[in-house]
Amino acid sequence: SVSPGDTSVLAGLYGPGEAKVSKELPDRAALEVLLRPKVGLPGVLERSREQLLRQTCEAVILGVLHPRTAISLVLQVLSDAGSLLSCCLNAACMALLDAGLPLTTLFCGVTCALQPDGTILLDPTARQEQEARATLTFAIASRERKVLMATTKGSCSVEEMQQCLATAQRAADTIFQFYRDSVRRRYSKS
Amino acid sequence: GSITTADGSALVKLGNTTVICGVKAELAAPAVDSANKGYIVPNVELPSLCAERFRSGPPGEEAQAASQFIADVIENSQMIVKEDLCIANGKLAWVLYCDIICLDYDGNLLDASVFALLAALKNVQLPLVTINEETGLSEVNFKQKNPLIIRKHPVATSFAIFDDTLLIVDPTAEEEDLATGTVTIVTDEEGRLCSVHKPGGSPLTGAKLQDCISRAITRHKEVKKLIDKVIKSITPK
Repeated sequence: SVSPGDTSVLAGLYGPGEAKVSKELPDRAALEVLLRPKVGLPGVLERSREQLLRQTCEAVILGVLHPRTAISLVLQVLSDAGSLLSCCLNAACMALLDAGLPLTTLFCGVTCALQPDGTILLDPTARQEQEARATLTFAIASRERKVLMATTKGSCSVEEMQQCLATAQRAADTIFQFYRDSVRRRYSKS
Repeated sequence: GSITTADGSALVKLGNTTVICGVKAELAAPAVDSANKGYIVPNVELPSLCAERFRSGPPGEEAQAASQFIADVIENSQMIVKEDLCIANGKLAWVLYCDIICLDYDGNLLDASVFALLAALKNVQLPLVTINEETGLSEVNFKQKNPLIIRKHPVATSFAIFDDTLLIVDPTAEEEDLATGTVTIVTDEEGRLCSVHKPGGSPLTGAKLQDCISRAITRHKEVKKLIDKVIKSITPK
């Protein structure tokens, strides 16, 4: 469960387990992501987010080590106060870490909001997201801070996008340190 | 347009990928919280005839994700401002149903859908609607038709990524299947980014992303010229 500010997402990872014959892939694990909103049934927006999360996770999970299996990632939104997609990304990565699945790299989600006056806000609240000219969400990999996933809302200039990307890459350091601390805390008791 | 019964339509072929977009305009009451805004409802369909991987039945993930992407492009680029679709504040507004149907899937669905949508919207002719003050009913004047006000012209450029280094523009279905990732960049005529859509896949450095964006901006100019040429050729003089 990850909660930056008031946004809270619960992630559950199941697998690698047996896959249905219709879904199994002969050479790698089949990943399925289910995103459940807080209220209502999952709609087109959830489907598109599921696709983003699934392809991001597929890029990092070493699926070839577990062929013909299924890995299921279920995300439940507990509360949404802005930056929901990056919260889901962080929850997904921590769930992958916790399950001990083999990964090529860690990733973290960072949301940048471009204010009308040009300043960049990280992890905006819902209100800041609405007022912003553009909101950009990046998934940054821990190896060389490369971009795994990018999605934008609203329009911005190319320079502004580059600035947001650079800011997100710097912010990623803080998040990766948080991952390290959480994992250290979890395994130091036992 | 290509569909005579639609208010606006366009057929786009990008290599073998064939996408047709039909726009139907209907009248509706605007939403309570945005009384001066109309609606634009895009819907992307991938019927089973376009490729054997698509089965008939409810829309799959790819169709839904594409529909969401098109809705985001319309919203981000502000190509049609919803306020322009309002006829009478709080009472009547236009609803534009944009149906994008893929007839032949050979990769690069998003680019083709965006072009088809843009061309179809440029083709739309809306009849003049007035509200009769006394009766309060709407009167549609089919003889007087106006084109839609399209403020921006977004163009999508997709790249397939292979092993973090190689980038191929406008991938075919075979290239997409073998690729380790895809990036779609949507730019408008001012060189502004309307959307950077990279749904996972292998990681890219910031420099490579910048390279993609520069190529997307160059491609925008060529595509815009082509669309303008076609629209001019079909406009009755």
